[in-house]
Amino acid sequence: MIELKAIRKAFNQGQPNEFWALNGIDLSIEAKKVTVLRGPSGSGKTTLLTIVGCLARPTSGRVRLAEDDISGLPERFLTGIRRSTFGFVFQQFNLVKGLSALENVMLPAFPTGRPHRELRHHAESLLDRLKLAHRREARVEWLSGGEQQRVAIARALVNDPKILIADEPTANLDTALSREFMGILESLNAEGRTVILTSHDPLVVESAAVHRVVSMRDGQLVEN
Amino acid sequence: MNAWIEKQRHLIDFTLASLARRRTKNLGLLLVYTLLVFVLASVALYTHALRQEAAQVLKHSPEIVLQRMVAGRHDLIPPGYLEKIGQKGPLRGVQKIEGRLWGYYYDPVVKANYTFMAPAAEAVQPGTLVAGPAVARSRGLAVGNTISFRAYSGKLFSFTVAGTLPHASELVSADLVLMSEQDFRAFFEFPAGHHTDIALSVANPLEVRNVAAKLAAALPDSRPILREEVLRTYASVFDWREGLMLALLSAAIFAFAILAWEKASGLSAEEKREIGILKAIGWETGDVIKMKLWEGGLVSLTAFLAGFVAAYVQVFRFGAPLFEPVLKGWAVLYPRFELVPAIDGLQVATLFFFTVFPYMAAVLVPIWRAAITDPDSAMRS
Repeated sequence: MIELKAIRKAFNQGQPNEFWALNGIDLSIEAKKVTVLRGPSGSGKTTLLTIVGCLARPTSGRVRLAEDDISGLPERFLTGIRRSTFGFVFQQFNLVKGLSALENVMLPAFPTGRPHRELRHHAESLLDRLKLAHRREARVEWLSGGEQQRVAIARALVNDPKILIADEPTANLDTALSREFMGILESLNAEGRTVILTSHDPLVVESAAVHRVVSMRDGQLVEN
Repeated sequence: MNAWIEKQRHLIDFTLASLARRRTKNLGLLLVYTLLVFVLASVALYTHALRQEAAQVLKHSPEIVLQRMVAGRHDLIPPGYLEKIGQKGPLRGVQKIEGRLWGYYYDPVVKANYTFMAPAAEAVQPGTLVAGPAVARSRGLAVGNTISFRAYSGKLFSFTVAGTLPHASELVSADLVLMSEQDFRAFFEFPAGHHTDIALSVANPLEVRNVAAKLAAALPDSRPILREEVLRTYASVFDWREGLMLALLSAAIFAFAILAWEKASGLSAEEKREIGILKAIGWETGDVIKMKLWEGGLVSLTAFLAGFVAAYVQVFRFGAPLFEPVLKGWAVLYPRFELVPAIDGLQVATLFFFTVFPYMAAVLVPIWRAAITDPDSAMRS
């Protein structure tokens, strides 16, 4: 479903502090499976995730999404693809403070012009499914870490994306909450969604819910 | 179309929520901005209303007023002077020539100057008078009351109030007292056949200067005063006062403007982070800019409306107590009068343009810079 060919990504290119975060990645990520990118800090897994999720463009190489080459598309089109195809759960959750859980969940759908009542209903049902219905009007900064992550998951799902991307999702959770998260992930995968994660948490990497682990080091894939 | 409306609705919802979240900053900004509009609008409204008043005063006044000069001073028109104008040959274009009777009277009771006048059209019966609104107000007059004035000769004269003048333009009529010619001459001991000055009506505006030139040539001891010159003098006096006022306030206005600019254009780290998040979750650069435009629009329109309405109330309801001493001046307009509300559309549009647009620019530039940053910054925060 996602094909990466000879992906390279440089930061500060042409400057004295030029740095190549990815150095020739060839990878095929299967649809409807859970794939984990594993590696130490600085191995390039988050950078790879940003390229897969259309948050950034590679310096060179090709990205194909369901047979379409998307690596050369302008920013506007990438945003459209990102909005409709991907849902993101960030390591720090990146919720907007001062807004309620419900408002945070609705945010990604605002630019779509979806009718307000329908959107609100959908967001409420997502929170309900993640057992957060009772906290929907609470400001996100008042929620616990686990609750904040569930809000972030609901937000990632509001536009009904085919692919869910999560960066170090268990980095800020204890064991119980991490297990709970993997359970949610399993159910989302069972619905037919592709899930791509980065993690070096053994609880994630060794989970039965994970179909494939891709190891990385120094911007390159490492044979398992 | 529906999707577009829904999208704008979502953006406005989010904008309102954002404004509420940064309440202290936004309220401070709104206050400073409203104050700025209030000061500028007060000066603009006040001077425009004064100009309107001046124009109103002169609308029904004659095109030319002829005064007689003696030793460089304004003197009375002697009998036969009126006729002299006709004797030098008919003045083409002059519709009507009439001698006017008016003079000033200082009322020690209320310490104010009145203008006494005998209208040509015999509208006032002997023994009665018609009082202007300010006179009626200060002396508490109503129709049927009797009022006495001590003339400069020392004699006391009593009049019955036959009516009061309308409020339409107080600048014209505030201090006016109308009486019959007979009473006027008796009160001031004005010699029979003399007049204060001569009013000439000229129908064609292009002829006014020709008539004035002919009058000056025919009567070397006279001084023709043109209506347009008086109007221009008024306008320049008020313009000068407006400029003086703005010059005095310029330091404060600049300080306010800089403060508003600073507040509007400064993006906190939190706001930048939020823009990164919005972009990462699928907002386009254009969506972020639109949202901020709504924010800027809501703040600036609210401030403009609040500032303008407050200025209107201050000027027309309370008589502009903050700016009156400079803008009105004791020498130009006396006694006290109330302004008739007058708004100039072009002036409002100019004020709108010079307050709302710079603000929108101040908001937009830093947002545009922040909005074009890469969405992957959210991933790395």
